[in-house]
Amino acid sequence: MNQELYDKVKNILVETFQVPEEDISEDATFESLDLDSLDLVELTMAIEEETGITIEDEEAEEINTVGEAVNKLEEKQKVEA
Amino acid sequence: MTERDYPEIVVTGIGLLTPAGRGVDASWKGILAGTPAAAPDPMLQEADISVTISCRVPDFDPAEVGPKASRRLDHFVQLAVLASREAVEAADLPLPEDDEEPDEFADRLAVIFGCAVGGMETWEEQHETFLERGRVSPLFIPKMLSNMAAGQVAIELGARGPNMTINTACAASASAIHVARDMLRSGTADAVLAGGVEAGVTPLATAAFARMGALSTRNDETASRPFDTDRDGFVMGEGSGVLVLERAEDARARGATPLAVLAGAGASADAHHQTAPPEEGGGAILAMQRALADAGLEPGDIDHINAHGTSTPLNDVSESRAIRSVFGSAADGVAVSSTKGVTGHTLGAAGGVEAAFSVLALRDGVIPPTANVEKIDDEIQLDVVHGEARGDELGAAMSNSFGFGGQNSALIFRTV
Repeated sequence: MNQELYDKVKNILVETFQVPEEDISEDATFESLDLDSLDLVELTMAIEEETGITIEDEEAEEINTVGEAVNKLEEKQKVEA
Repeated sequence: MTERDYPEIVVTGIGLLTPAGRGVDASWKGILAGTPAAAPDPMLQEADISVTISCRVPDFDPAEVGPKASRRLDHFVQLAVLASREAVEAADLPLPEDDEEPDEFADRLAVIFGCAVGGMETWEEQHETFLERGRVSPLFIPKMLSNMAAGQVAIELGARGPNMTINTACAASASAIHVARDMLRSGTADAVLAGGVEAGVTPLATAAFARMGALSTRNDETASRPFDTDRDGFVMGEGSGVLVLERAEDARARGATPLAVLAGAGASADAHHQTAPPEEGGGAILAMQRALADAGLEPGDIDHINAHGTSTPLNDVSESRAIRSVFGSAADGVAVSSTKGVTGHTLGAAGGVEAAFSVLALRDGVIPPTANVEKIDDEIQLDVVHGEARGDELGAAMSNSFGFGGQNSALIFRTV
């Protein structure tokens, strides 16, 4: 897993979504972090702002964990590069 | 039916966040001191518009509302949540620990709020994002809708009774109290959080009110000066005022201490013009007359009026004429104040905020001064209290609220 992208996502979760840092792990589901479907759309917007990588709404629907989000970002980063 | 056929409705708790202060005690202290809250507003100063002052709730920290509040809730919802918490605590409402479980009291606790505009800050911010980035936050709608304050309060308290938001512009929260009272009379609810909220001090809204000529352009702390001969408009304000209303019998049964009786309510329309009141008072007269009849009181029974008194040239004269028309010579014995001299105009919240001040005046036997009054306009034929607060034995007080659209409300409270 791309550590740089993981750190960025983690940072957004802590700073913008007030998620306790110790709760965040690769396997943590967004549901367990108390993020609902509206938060997830907000999260994709925040990630886009931070990384320049766009996650489409239909792609976001298939992402359930922090690790899955990071993997999706890495995959898209490679395609764009 | 006469008013005697209805159960008596009492106020058992108050919550306030106003430009005069955070919480009931700080707000009331600021109001009685007559210290104007108008101050330079950085958001307006940055926007390059003709009006650069406003009346905001001092030292507000959204984190107090909750960890997610600053992101998930618009400022107006945050204010309403904090005011509601204070009101619930003051009334010592018997809410259950677990707000998810069915509960006899919570199931019949209503939240009826007034709000004119709703999440104006969110509107402006998201519109900008939309134009710049072509995307908009999924939280735009849930943050902005004007019914979300009442909704969020219900979520927080588990209040599953009727939940509504009434809009009669600047009379909205007074109308909400009126509707809440009727729900208690009819037995639709057993207790109601009634009042409302507004937080519409934004560059767009301020520029728009300014373009109407409704705002003072003095841009100093004396700008809101109701009934003064040099008044030139109102000052944008924000706040929330919430009353807990119950049937007196129920309040007594659970050992609550009533602060005042909500004795009467009257509503009417001017049916005249979008924004201007009729010169001779029109619908304001009807609203006051209906409130008096509803309360079973005579004009001579009213000791104090918390006037709508916006500090606009039109409103204050028209309201003065309306009061004269309703009260006749009894108007000489009515001490009139506009607390907007301190708070500015909190728009849709004003009816709730000023109903609360009327109750506090009765509780303490003191009439607040109208701030910033130097010389009363010759056309205002009223005993306008200004300078210092006036101590008096008070039996009954009226609170007037008039909204754009010609929508008028008068509430009457009396001592227990």
